[in-house]
Amino acid sequence: MLARRALPPGARVHPVVSVLLPMAVLALLAGAALVPMAGRLGRRTAIWSAAGTLAVPLVLLAPLAPGALAGEVAVHRLSWLPEWGLDLSFRLDGLGLLFAVLILGIGQLVILYAAYYMPQKDGLGRLLGTLMGFAGAMLGVVLSENLLLMVVFWEITSVTSFLLVAYKHDTIEARIAARMALAVTGGGGLALLAGVLLLGRMAGSYELSAVLAAGEAIRADPLYPVMLVLVLLGAFTKSAQFPFHFWLPNAMAAPTPVSAYLHSATMVKAGIFLLLRLYPVLSGTDLWFFLVSLTGAVTLAYGAYVALLKHDLKGLLAYSTVSHLGLITLLIGMESPLSTVAALFHVVNHAIFKASLFMAAGIVDHECGTRDMRRINGMFRIMPRTAVLGIVAAASMAGVPLLNGFLSKEMFFAEAVEQGALGGYAYLLPAFATFAGVLSVAYSIRFVHDVFFNGAPVDLPRQPHEPPGWMRVPVGILAGLCLVVGLVPQLAVGAILRAASAAALGASPPDYKLVIWHGFNLPLVMSIVAMIGGVLWYLFRRVLFDLHERYAPNVAGPAAFERVFNAAVVAARAVLRLLDPGHLRRYTLYLIGGAGALGLAGFLGAKPAVLAGSLPATPADPAAHGALLALLFGAFGCAILHRHRLVAVAFVSVAGLIVSLAFIRFSAPDLALTQLSVEVVTIVLLLLSLRFMPGDAPRELPRRRAGLDAAVAGTCGLGIGALAYAMMTRPFETISGWFTANAVEGGGGTNVVNVILVDFRGFDTLGEITVLAVAALGAHALLEGLRLVPHAPAAASEADLHPIMLAMLMRPLLPLALAFALYILLRGHNLPGGGFVAGLITGVALILQYLAVGIETTSARLRLDHLRLFAVGLGLALVTGLASMVFGLPFLTSWHGYVPIPLVGKTHLASAMMFDIGVYFTVVATVLLILSEIGRLSTRERAPRPAPAARPALEEARA
Amino acid sequence: MELVLATGIGGLVATGVWLLLRERAFSVVLGLALLSYAANLFIFAGGRLAPVPPPLVLGEVASGATPADPLPQALVLTAIVISFGTTAFLVALALRAIGESGTDSVDGGREEER
Repeated sequence: MLARRALPPGARVHPVVSVLLPMAVLALLAGAALVPMAGRLGRRTAIWSAAGTLAVPLVLLAPLAPGALAGEVAVHRLSWLPEWGLDLSFRLDGLGLLFAVLILGIGQLVILYAAYYMPQKDGLGRLLGTLMGFAGAMLGVVLSENLLLMVVFWEITSVTSFLLVAYKHDTIEARIAARMALAVTGGGGLALLAGVLLLGRMAGSYELSAVLAAGEAIRADPLYPVMLVLVLLGAFTKSAQFPFHFWLPNAMAAPTPVSAYLHSATMVKAGIFLLLRLYPVLSGTDLWFFLVSLTGAVTLAYGAYVALLKHDLKGLLAYSTVSHLGLITLLIGMESPLSTVAALFHVVNHAIFKASLFMAAGIVDHECGTRDMRRINGMFRIMPRTAVLGIVAAASMAGVPLLNGFLSKEMFFAEAVEQGALGGYAYLLPAFATFAGVLSVAYSIRFVHDVFFNGAPVDLPRQPHEPPGWMRVPVGILAGLCLVVGLVPQLAVGAILRAASAAALGASPPDYKLVIWHGFNLPLVMSIVAMIGGVLWYLFRRVLFDLHERYAPNVAGPAAFERVFNAAVVAARAVLRLLDPGHLRRYTLYLIGGAGALGLAGFLGAKPAVLAGSLPATPADPAAHGALLALLFGAFGCAILHRHRLVAVAFVSVAGLIVSLAFIRFSAPDLALTQLSVEVVTIVLLLLSLRFMPGDAPRELPRRRAGLDAAVAGTCGLGIGALAYAMMTRPFETISGWFTANAVEGGGGTNVVNVILVDFRGFDTLGEITVLAVAALGAHALLEGLRLVPHAPAAASEADLHPIMLAMLMRPLLPLALAFALYILLRGHNLPGGGFVAGLITGVALILQYLAVGIETTSARLRLDHLRLFAVGLGLALVTGLASMVFGLPFLTSWHGYVPIPLVGKTHLASAMMFDIGVYFTVVATVLLILSEIGRLSTRERAPRPAPAARPALEEARA
Repeated sequence: MELVLATGIGGLVATGVWLLLRERAFSVVLGLALLSYAANLFIFAGGRLAPVPPPLVLGEVASGATPADPLPQALVLTAIVISFGTTAFLVALALRAIGESGTDSVDGGREEER
């Protein structure tokens, strides 16, 4: 075991330079939004914008690359939620750099390939946009310094890969495959999140630098096994390790460029990356060794065995991917420094040859119209150039000398020989490695022989020929890379591999030589045996096919998954039916019952409480008793006569009026004003809506339900009433003294309530008017385009609809009302009033105007866009808040002072007044939007009718 | 006086809940209106009832008298306005339901079993 020591701290990269890290990730994520927009301008724009976007991070990371190669760690930290240990911190070291180069480099080739592979009628905006989002998330995973941030990016890769696999969403296969991939990798992501939370707690930080330095403590933690299993679940599901491998072959439903990207260099490598990233922390225990190496070994053998049996071209490649991922996992699990180097080397090699194989397979599929290898034969004669490239890549996969795949496979064999952990069974691992080699040679031969040779094609749906030259370019580049890395490995990848290994090991890697010829040794013999064995295995494949047909147990992962999935859906539906009968009354009962239970829980174990507290009672006067009677009259009248809607509204208004009187009685003039004006607006609203409902609601059916409802309602009333009484009779401490004391000094106003609203608690108010705007916009969205037939009889004439008396009355009243509203608004800071009340008064005045002369006429004169009014109101409030930040003060700090105004003299002004004006506009917009929207429901329905003759005369009269 | 107000609040809650459990959306809207009265009065009563001047720093308050508690008032003020917003939203929802299903039954016309 290698002694672990922390990375040499290295010169901390200057933050101005390291800010490039978040920018690189951000560029791709922004591209996810921009590329689809560019795609609207045409296919070509989409392609170029995607290629450009993907080039940005490459350029941004370039200045940092030399440092990473030299072993420096660049970290950039942006504070996000520091109290939760979640910061936007990014890091670049050798390992991150290696993966970033793979993600960005192969991504470019995939874009070029997709441009030719995807049908011309596909605008590519959606595909490439999603691809940008995916690439950004992948880059985020490999560049994250904060583990929680990495999990966030990890989840984004799951979601975006779901979208990519489901790209052909009109086919059921794609949807099922995508769902499966999401369920498996997303489930793994949840496990990973749990694991990372444990890991962060053990290390005391989620920052990778701290976690990597705390390896000893973490491995000694009693929860280490739990954490390890959770993290490994995340890695194994992502990297399609047995038994979670089944989503990957199914994900071949994705378009081939997506497969080439996701299953060579990116998605599935995220799991591998995670293993390597946390290698210094997690490895070094027996549990790690057995879990990781056994999983890897089983996956390696299983994938290789199944790959040969697949008749689907992409199926073969998918299972070979599973197998190679198993190989990499096995190498990581063997946990000698050199095996980790080999794992990294194979990550690179596999990405190169597998991407080119997928692309070559895509070309064949594209040209032949099928992927069935029993029908695709003899392609060498039809497309010789593609064939040569495909053969080079497949040879690399098989591990033929002079190609890159050979080198990492030799390293694997060498490590298998060196591995001593198995003691007396040490010969098992080399034997197993050779066997895996045999299988991998066999399926590579099948790919080459079946597709490119083996006689003539059988019954192809399309007449294949050589594809356009540009489509072969990415394949050619990758096949060329296979050769370059195979021939001059040290020159091609030596530096980055050493840097990545150092970062993954957390120590300088041992000496190794990346050369083709190591002399005639045992690994070479194993290679030769594998070659010969592979050829034989392939020659006798018919026998294997037969044996497999006859004896292999029919456990299909996807089918099992579907069974579990469907059972889960059925169970969920059953539970839902039980809990959720689809009736609002039932939900309300649940809600009330739950709230009651929570409230009562507070009394559990308490001493029997006395209802009345120690506060002396205030004497009640006869007026209060009268008001109470009126209130109860209104409330109960409404409850009893609720089916007669108009009457019920009248009763409610009685109750509302009494409530506003109560506010006056108990020294709350602001509340009384607000309540009164809201009351008016609400009544208008309810009356307007009554036009579209029958005047009387039908009797509700089962009467026995009423008994239960009455009991529940009575209990609630008694409980809350008792609670209110108990509260009111008990003394209390208030923080309001401070507000009252500071209103004039700090807020520049004498109306404490208003100062609290617009100044002390201005941020709350900003939130509240936002809620108001959201509710109004929601109502607007609901009513947009709605047509309703009014139940009330239509007015006999236009004059009835807009009574002339009201129209005449409104002429003096409207300016008066508006002036009054302005007065209320401006005095609000010092005397009862303010934006809320003034807004409501203005709203009422304008609504009256609508009623008096009609919506069209008023709107035409008012020229007021209600939606824009929201923007004005909220914007004004926000700008007032932001203005203080210009002066270096916190958001929404108010300013006030005496300003000399010509003619008026010195006037006391506070910036909070501007805020109040923003409130005012928002309230006006809310009232107008909703009421005019409901009012318009009928005018829309009247619209087709020709304008009545009386109209022009009225217009003239008004003019 | 406390008993009077508590009774009023209790009555509003009882009738509000009763209406909330009705089948027609319009009744539910009225019930919510009554409930919000009750809630507003309850929060307001959190400042306790006492014969004190309103929270305006004028006159006797400016010279040191304790006014009514302004904080619950500020809370209730915005609550009143927001309750108008939600009422409006619910009314719009009910109207939309009428447009879509022809009835303002909260369950879209389906009858509750049992």
